[in-house]
Amino acid sequence: MNAHDLDPLHEPRALIELVNVEKTYPGAEQPAVRDLSLAVREGEILVLVGPSGCGKSTTLRLINRMIEPTSGSIIFEGADVTNTDPNKLRRQIGYVIQQIGLFPHRTIAENIGTVPRLLKWDKKKTAARVNEMLELVGMDPSIYGPRYPRELSGGQAQRVGVARALAADPDVLLMDEPFGAIDPITRDRLQNEFLRLQAELKKTIVFVTHDIDEAVKMGDRIAILREQSIIAQIDRPEVILTDPADDFVENFLGSGAILKTLTLNRVRDLDLAPVPPVLPGASRTQALAAVEESSSGVAILLDAQEHPVRWVDRRSLDNAAKPIEQAGRSVNVMLQPEDTLQDALSAMLQTSTGMSVVVDGRGRYLGCVTIESLASLLVQTQNGAA
Amino acid sequence: MSGIESWFEYLSKRWDLVASTLLETLGYVVSVTVAAAIVAITVGVLTRNRAFPRELSLAIASVFLTIPSLALFTIFIPVVGLGFWPSFIALFLYALLPILRNTVTGLQGVDSSIVESAKGMGMTRLQILFKVELPLAWPVILAGIRVSAMLTVGISAIATLVAGGGLGDFIKSGLARLPLPNSLEAIWTGVILSLLLALAIDSSMRGLGRLTTSAGVRS
Repeated sequence: MNAHDLDPLHEPRALIELVNVEKTYPGAEQPAVRDLSLAVREGEILVLVGPSGCGKSTTLRLINRMIEPTSGSIIFEGADVTNTDPNKLRRQIGYVIQQIGLFPHRTIAENIGTVPRLLKWDKKKTAARVNEMLELVGMDPSIYGPRYPRELSGGQAQRVGVARALAADPDVLLMDEPFGAIDPITRDRLQNEFLRLQAELKKTIVFVTHDIDEAVKMGDRIAILREQSIIAQIDRPEVILTDPADDFVENFLGSGAILKTLTLNRVRDLDLAPVPPVLPGASRTQALAAVEESSSGVAILLDAQEHPVRWVDRRSLDNAAKPIEQAGRSVNVMLQPEDTLQDALSAMLQTSTGMSVVVDGRGRYLGCVTIESLASLLVQTQNGAA
Repeated sequence: MSGIESWFEYLSKRWDLVASTLLETLGYVVSVTVAAAIVAITVGVLTRNRAFPRELSLAIASVFLTIPSLALFTIFIPVVGLGFWPSFIALFLYALLPILRNTVTGLQGVDSSIVESAKGMGMTRLQILFKVELPLAWPVILAGIRVSAMLTVGISAIATLVAGGGLGDFIKSGLARLPLPNSLEAIWTGVILSLLLALAIDSSMRGLGRLTTSAGVRS
């Protein structure tokens, strides 16, 4: 939780402000965006979410003036940019769209260098920045830099899209359903990667999605929009989930809003239960001693790389006919600290003990989490948000 | 004497004439293709976002192609006289459609999300046109230019009828003297050299295509 959540007097300054913005398309009777005022705070991810056709994308595109407002003004870093050169404005704002729109005739390195080149950076500085960006999104510059977009998978193209948007180091990033066209497993990984990146970069981000689960996961604040981009509720996700402002918001959240709070916390927020590890090469007696010492009556057998391999308890160890490496049950599901509590719950439900193993990024054993620790954290969160 | 031997003998006595008519035809192909490419690409670019002028210009270019070539070559004689110019104008009008059609198709084929992201990064309209849209449409445009060049090689044989020279001279003189000696050889000369010229232009334009198309969009 950030300091400003506790102290409303020290709200961070608004980096982008839309003031009474209205957009009516020529020939349309009703405005697509009606009298919208919205402030995006420095360093936050503000998610615009709403049913299709509510004007959330239009609202996003008003910020970098891909769409010109009919009336009202746009304030960017304290200056009114409603009537300035839109190309200059756009070079200062990163923009990621669902289709990514990489230039197929340019290499990955040239794609990422697009905005630096427009800003007339010299070649050396641009090249260095391109390499830095590729490394930032976890792609080897020497391998991927000279390749062309058609050689990339969907997930890689998305990473390059983000790298390209960040290349000129803009303060602001606009993202229009950036993970919308990606398969669910890759999407989940990209979302986690992006959140890790944002924890470092602290950009100011406006993020559009139609998926409330993604909004809850990505947003520091969420603005729920109804038709004509009217804000139904804007607040922190835990407040929206536990205290929806009206029926529209409640309907939009759908059933199981409480379950969605599971995506707000991570496995690292849970207390690890003391389940002792049994090192490889341990004798049966040592293993039994570990099980005795464990409050839950089980221990985790590790291999030489400290990867958890098997759950063992007293009964499985008593069977002396089996070598210790084959005792008990194998560890199939493992969690990492960045996984959400939703992932944790489904992992726990797959084991008969209501526990799940947590490993670090290299697969080394960290400890176990229990369904009890998850429940107590949930109660805390509910009390904290209300 | 067999046909081929007599043809070679016919050729060997007329290298100068062969070379000069070949150059005349090549001159038509190069000047017509370049002029038509400049005009058609410009029109295609200017009308790419406006349906009415785009369809109108395509319709006009199509009409040119339906005019019988004999008529189109002679129609301009009162204005520009005999020789190179009536031939050039007729060939130019024929060459417009393939290039215009492909320019329009190529530009329309550029994924709108690519243009959207280019605009979103702050590229100006001209930068988007020259750095994104035209390079991406280029393979399709070049295919149109190739068709126009081929078309010009074939139809330029008619230029001989308006005293415009070219390989058509051989065909015309052969036809006029049939069945006298060397008449068939003359016709063969015009046909085969046109064919070889077309093949040479086609392969050199393929090479040009490879040189001027990014590896990222090459098929």
